[in-house]
Amino acid sequence: MLRNRLLAAGIACLLPFSPAARSALNVDVAYVGQIIDRGPVLSNIIPEPDDAGRQGAQLAIADSNTTGRFLKHHYELHTIEGEDARQLVADSRALYDRGLRLFVLNTDAATLAALREALPDDSLLINAGSRADALRTDQCIDQLLHTIPSRAMLADALAQWLIYRRWNRWLLVRGNTADDQAFADAIRRAAKRFGGRIVAEKAWSFDTDLRRTAQKELPPFTAGAEYDVVVVADERGDFGEYLPYNTGLPRPVVGTQGLMPVGWHKMIEAWGAAQLHSRFEAQAQRWMNEKDYASWAGVRTLAEAVTRTGSNDPARLRDYILSDQFELAAFKGRKLNFRHWSGQLRQPIALVHPRALVSQSPQDGFLHPHTDLDTLGFDEPESGCRVVE
Amino acid sequence: MKRSRFVMSLLAGALAAAGTAHASVAYISNEKDDTLSVLDLNSWQVVETIEVGERPRGIALSKDGSKLYICASDSDTVQVMDLATRRIIANLPSGADPEQFALHPDNRKLYISNEDDALVTVVDTQTHEVLAQIEVGVEPEGMAVSPDGRWAVNTSETTNMLHWIDTQTHALVDNTLVDQRPRHVEFREDGQLLWASAEIGGTVSVVDVPSRQIIKKLTFEIKGIHPDKIQPVGVKLSRDGRYAFVALGPANHVAVVDANSYEVLDYLLVGRRVWHMAFTPDGRYLLTTNGVSGDVSVINVDDLKVERSIKVGRYPWGVVTTP
Repeated sequence: MLRNRLLAAGIACLLPFSPAARSALNVDVAYVGQIIDRGPVLSNIIPEPDDAGRQGAQLAIADSNTTGRFLKHHYELHTIEGEDARQLVADSRALYDRGLRLFVLNTDAATLAALREALPDDSLLINAGSRADALRTDQCIDQLLHTIPSRAMLADALAQWLIYRRWNRWLLVRGNTADDQAFADAIRRAAKRFGGRIVAEKAWSFDTDLRRTAQKELPPFTAGAEYDVVVVADERGDFGEYLPYNTGLPRPVVGTQGLMPVGWHKMIEAWGAAQLHSRFEAQAQRWMNEKDYASWAGVRTLAEAVTRTGSNDPARLRDYILSDQFELAAFKGRKLNFRHWSGQLRQPIALVHPRALVSQSPQDGFLHPHTDLDTLGFDEPESGCRVVE
Repeated sequence: MKRSRFVMSLLAGALAAAGTAHASVAYISNEKDDTLSVLDLNSWQVVETIEVGERPRGIALSKDGSKLYICASDSDTVQVMDLATRRIIANLPSGADPEQFALHPDNRKLYISNEDDALVTVVDTQTHEVLAQIEVGVEPEGMAVSPDGRWAVNTSETTNMLHWIDTQTHALVDNTLVDQRPRHVEFREDGQLLWASAEIGGTVSVVDVPSRQIIKKLTFEIKGIHPDKIQPVGVKLSRDGRYAFVALGPANHVAVVDANSYEVLDYLLVGRRVWHMAFTPDGRYLLTTNGVSGDVSVINVDDLKVERSIKVGRYPWGVVTTP
């Protein structure tokens, strides 16, 4: 009895107040960040920062509190970070038991599934970490939204641009991790969709130190067939950084290195992005990357729904987020919203090299009956997921 | 003798006046060139290009037309140009990253958006003192002061609000939630209505000033252009009260709206990425800044035709005209 009353009181302070716009509202958001050891890599000069993702969530909380001040909405971030997936799940459940219902998750696909198992259905989960296509097609996780682009979206964005340039013949070079394999799968699918031709495919499994020998090893490795570009699938950056300028034919390198399709990058500066970068850099003392952006967009999605509904009830927020009214201004030059089948945030994909923006997909001329943004990634008929029935 | 000296000085005065007025001109800020283009409105020629501070964006005239205020965003200052000599005579303490501003009818209080700091800074243009700094939403952008001087209204691009600042107390007294990324606000001459554009939302809200409520939301539709690329930024209301002109950014068109019925009458093709606009002093022409194509389009307000375009600097941003 006493325990029940305590629980009720605990819930009362965190859960929905009346939706009246001006009553004070606390919005508690959990950020769960899995630190993933990607193993030793040959190109280890610029490692991914450990706080990638979390810094984006923090900035979005600060942005939302500036807005919230005028509406008496207060946002607070509860952060869980670590390498051990089981611990992350247990800690997340503990946050749920304290009344948290809104979760932004920067983890791998397996941990996402475990989190969905552990967190009851009345919690709203946003994936800001896993690009796995399966999560958008057949391994659908109930009521999961995604702010990070899938691999298919990245590969399609790149493929459209290659076709636009008429660089149709691709030499595909991939590493040997499961992630590299998945990226290569997305490239093969994109080739089929848009009319690219993979003239040859090679797996890189050498263990020589390319910092010293790239000039000797890579030209013969990429010689043979005639091709327009080398498409590299090396997600953790093991050997791909050494491919540009070391190809057998004098051709560009695209994919996970060289010209890269990305959800976010320092080189995106139009549409007000320069302002987002300067706020982020003032906070984090480094550049904002894709993981930061996905978590930023996750928190901002929740906050935008809170602002418009005046509620922090997860079911109400979810309904609003998946409704036609929802729109997110996210520094990509157009409003963003979510796909009703996979829960994926529709978004343009930038194509960058390390020092400049080259293009942005969807490219002109790739048409879609609903929105050209749905030419990127798995479209409704190709996906078995139904976030909205 | 005395008389001729008098005539001489009159003549000199007249010459000086002619020299300073330069006939009718437009000043255009070129964001990526750190310059202003001076456009002669009779010959439609760029007659001078003036170097100013870094990343000039918003520009505004003093009420007597003698000075030009320039937001030099990356120099973190508002520069004051004496238009008689076209020299910078002062730098105002604007707060960091000033983007847009509006001058109070008293010709002294300048309300400045500080985009990076979520602040509006109020500066006295005579004493150069900062009178107040007011906390607003994320990425403050558009600024307007009501014709009666009572309200300063600021838009915040990421908070998606209009912030109503009482100019007597410099307190923020109300907020109106609008669509995504509000960019520009423009009061009707009688001060009863306020027009506010939302770039990413793709709408223009017409707000009743006494109640601060939205009474009408305009949407736009251009055949062959994806709705997401129709992004309203600048708004100008014709002095005769007939039209509102809305610059639609990457849609490369200016919408002509009946300012009374709110019906969209026409879409005029201008240069690429059209942002801000200004009427010529006689009200006959409307100039638009087209950032991507680096030019200014000239719209004839009588027959609603685009008459010409004039190359200026890189990324023209703001424009004002002076008789």
